[in-house]
Amino acid sequence: MVKHVDAIIVGAGWAGSIMAKELTEAGLSVVMLERGPERTTPVEGAYPDSIDELRGAIRKRLFQNLSQSTVTIRNTMDQTALPYRQLAAFLPGEGVGGAGLHWSGVHFRVAPEDLRLRSAVIERYGEKFIPEGMNLQDYGVTYDELEPFFDKAEKVFGTSGEAYRVQGKIVGDGNVFSPDRSDNFPLPAMKDTFSASVFRDAAKNAGYHPYALPAANASRQYTNTYGCQMGPCNFCGYCSGYDCYLYSKASPNVNILPVLRQDPGFSLIADAHVLRVDLDSTKTKATGVTYLDTKTRKEISLSADLVILGAFQFNNVHLMLVSGIGKPYDPVSNTGTVGRNFVYQTITSSRVWLPPSTYTNQFVGAGGAGVAIDDFNSMNFDHGPLGFVGGSPVWVNQAGVKPIAAALGAGGGGTPRWGSAYKDSLVNTYKHSLGIDAHGSNMAYRDVYLDLDPTWKDAYGQPLLRMTFTWKDNDIRMNQYVVSKIEPIARAMGATKMNLVHLNAGQPFDTRTYQTTHLGGGAIMGDNPQTSAINRYLQSWDVSNVFVIGSNAFPQGMGYNPTGMVAALAYWAAHHIRATYLKSPGPMVKA
Amino acid sequence: MPPMEPTLNNPFRRSVVKGLLGTTSFWMASGNARWAEALAAEAAQPYRPVFFDAAEYQFLESACERLFPADHNGPGARALGVAEFLDRQMQTPYARGENWYMSGPFEQGPANLGYQLPFIPKDLYRKGIAGVEHYARQQYGKGFVALSAMQQDEILTALEGGSVQLGDIPGRVFFEQLRTNTLEGAFADPLYGGNRGLGGWVMLGFPGARADFMDWVNQEGASYPIGPVSISGETA
Ligand SMILES: Cc1cc2nc3c(=O)[nH]c(=O)nc-3n(C[C@H](O)[C@H](O)[C@H](O)COP(=O)(O)OP(=O)(O)OC[C@H]3O[C@@H](n4cnc5c(N)ncnc54)[C@H](O)[C@@H]3O)c2cc1C
Ligand code: SF4
Repeated sequence: MVKHVDAIIVGAGWAGSIMAKELTEAGLSVVMLERGPERTTPVEGAYPDSIDELRGAIRKRLFQNLSQSTVTIRNTMDQTALPYRQLAAFLPGEGVGGAGLHWSGVHFRVAPEDLRLRSAVIERYGEKFIPEGMNLQDYGVTYDELEPFFDKAEKVFGTSGEAYRVQGKIVGDGNVFSPDRSDNFPLPAMKDTFSASVFRDAAKNAGYHPYALPAANASRQYTNTYGCQMGPCNFCGYCSGYDCYLYSKASPNVNILPVLRQDPGFSLIADAHVLRVDLDSTKTKATGVTYLDTKTRKEISLSADLVILGAFQFNNVHLMLVSGIGKPYDPVSNTGTVGRNFVYQTITSSRVWLPPSTYTNQFVGAGGAGVAIDDFNSMNFDHGPLGFVGGSPVWVNQAGVKPIAAALGAGGGGTPRWGSAYKDSLVNTYKHSLGIDAHGSNMAYRDVYLDLDPTWKDAYGQPLLRMTFTWKDNDIRMNQYVVSKIEPIARAMGATKMNLVHLNAGQPFDTRTYQTTHLGGGAIMGDNPQTSAINRYLQSWDVSNVFVIGSNAFPQGMGYNPTGMVAALAYWAAHHIRATYLKSPGPMVKA
Repeated sequence: MPPMEPTLNNPFRRSVVKGLLGTTSFWMASGNARWAEALAAEAAQPYRPVFFDAAEYQFLESACERLFPADHNGPGARALGVAEFLDRQMQTPYARGENWYMSGPFEQGPANLGYQLPFIPKDLYRKGIAGVEHYARQQYGKGFVALSAMQQDEILTALEGGSVQLGDIPGRVFFEQLRTNTLEGAFADPLYGGNRGLGGWVMLGFPGARADFMDWVNQEGASYPIGPVSISGETA
């Protein structure tokens, strides 16, 4: 007999945990399936084992185990995609909490115009401004509609920040480009590290508008909406790649699951790899899912009225493709939607050296703390004469640089990577330099997409997902322009030396060095079923009892980090499922 | 069964012992004084490699020291125990490639699409060291260890530059593997056998497991004043 529940949730990260909380609140019986192991902060975050760089960020113990499943990657459609065999460019999560356990905590909302970027670009520069082959699209949802859900997420995450405008009134020294808020941040901004404070002063003197990064690192002790507690962050610097031992960084494990686990309507099954969503013969209704218990190697089917995919961007797309949900995207005929508009994040890290009497103490930091400027992000500057779409915040986000990471990254670019001269530069760089990032948008293109690989398979016999991805001219020029703005700021900081890093014309995507885990698109939201896989409520156009929650919904990659937007979209979708869908299940938008 | 990765509950290593001896009261209180003595006695013995044979181990001692030499900045790989670190790493899931996708077919492609060889780290070392030895004898008529520092550097430079093939392994792949693990050994917590005496951390001014900088978020560019501590409690 197949066990039946009201709702199945695939994936125990932020997206899955938020949906599970909302649906159990609505009185549904909910099962959350997670392919990785059980993880709780008292175990994974226990000091001092948790702050071991080799075991943590270097051997990557909290990340996805690629031996079981991975992706293949190629730059262009005429290449053979090859397996991503070793974790490097991006670091997907696995286990309860997902990447939300080992993320950094930069917690943004969205630039309102990024939600209607196609319309905004056309209004300002005309349709011809959009380059050939760029699939620029609107989300189909506005900032005003999402605002209550950004607010709700911040109060769950315990986000620290400085507001600029609340209910129309200027209240503080926050980001002048940020939209109106219904309420302040729940916690005051994190303190500026020394490096960030130097950047703040220099950026201000250069006429820009620095602001404290909004951080899901608690600047003070905090009890969230659900009654979960966070302790004050001490800038230990072990956010990215680690479970925070002080309960200061927001994670599903600390901020949601402790209460959710108490709910009799909720159960969480770890070590449960979902193989597919089961559909009825019409392919318009999901009947449940089939998963493999990876401990017993038994296949188990569960039936449900509602299936929520929260397995992370590319895993959501993979599950849709292997289950037959929606029509796979074909870049040649330009038809289908699943796999379309696969996007990432442009990022380049430049380095500035301060005088030898000045110590930047780079090990001090917090994942979400720092100072940024938005003067070159989104639509905040005139793209007319520049001829590209998109932009980048620029920031000093000193998140705690560890010695192995510093040593591996030192040298290169014509300077020695080993030997005594290398040691000189490593020591000097570690003690006296700081990093400045341009963390920017990435547009969608017709020939950049996801589909199933014809050759390689995962440990369960299913085809790997194939990524066809490279950097395009529009995004490279955007990055170069923004990086050029760093130089005068660095001079004003008193740089004795700088190494400005930007993407180069024609430079292909390189899978060997970490960039970000901010992958997006592939099953995007929108108001047209011909060009989007899910509607504005993140509901599959084709299988209406499947909702697909995650950054897969982004039609293009924005300058900001994705998770704040993912959380708001999850709360938005959940709100409409509770208010509308559960009362009369079926498509919430007419196709 | 291969030995597990060292953990605090399984302190089979010298620096752990040294560190724990620094907290003798804990051991006395828990009645472990004799165990502590036994461990200290074991720690006085030189490390005996398990995975690498004597010649391979000597190769690593020499090659790692060239990559990370003792100099005015501080100790080199030899003094930091990098070869011991490497041998201990060879007994972990990492060396068996357990987190790598190792299913075929193995097709080669452009470098930017990443590692595509069918070899796990253990293979890379076994084959790579043999390959360098062979190359050294071919080019210089002597094994790597017997060469001058300058000749050793020439070989490492050639490997890094990509002009040498070591049997089925590109010299550059072996070089990168060795460089990566050498730097790990210099800077990982001493729990893993390298970074002896916290020498790597002292060099960088990294405070190790202190992990509390509440009062040091912004001290206007002053140098952090407290030396490092390891996970086991060892201080420099
Ligand atoms: C090092 C690092 C730092 C980051 N820092 C930031 C930051 O500062 N700010 C920011 O906004 N974002 C950051 N991110 C990105 C952020 O972590 C993700 O955007 C976010 O966690 C995504 O949440 P999710 O719930 O969509 O997916 P995930 O957290 O990835 O959760 C998905 C879960 O689904 C599980 N799963 C997948 N497939 C299956 C299957 N078939 N069956 C069962 N379970 C499955 C996975 O194991 C995983 O646990 C960072 C990421 C990393 C890796
Ligand atoms: S820096 Fe702060 S939030 Fe990050 S791990 Fe340390 S205490 Fe936690």
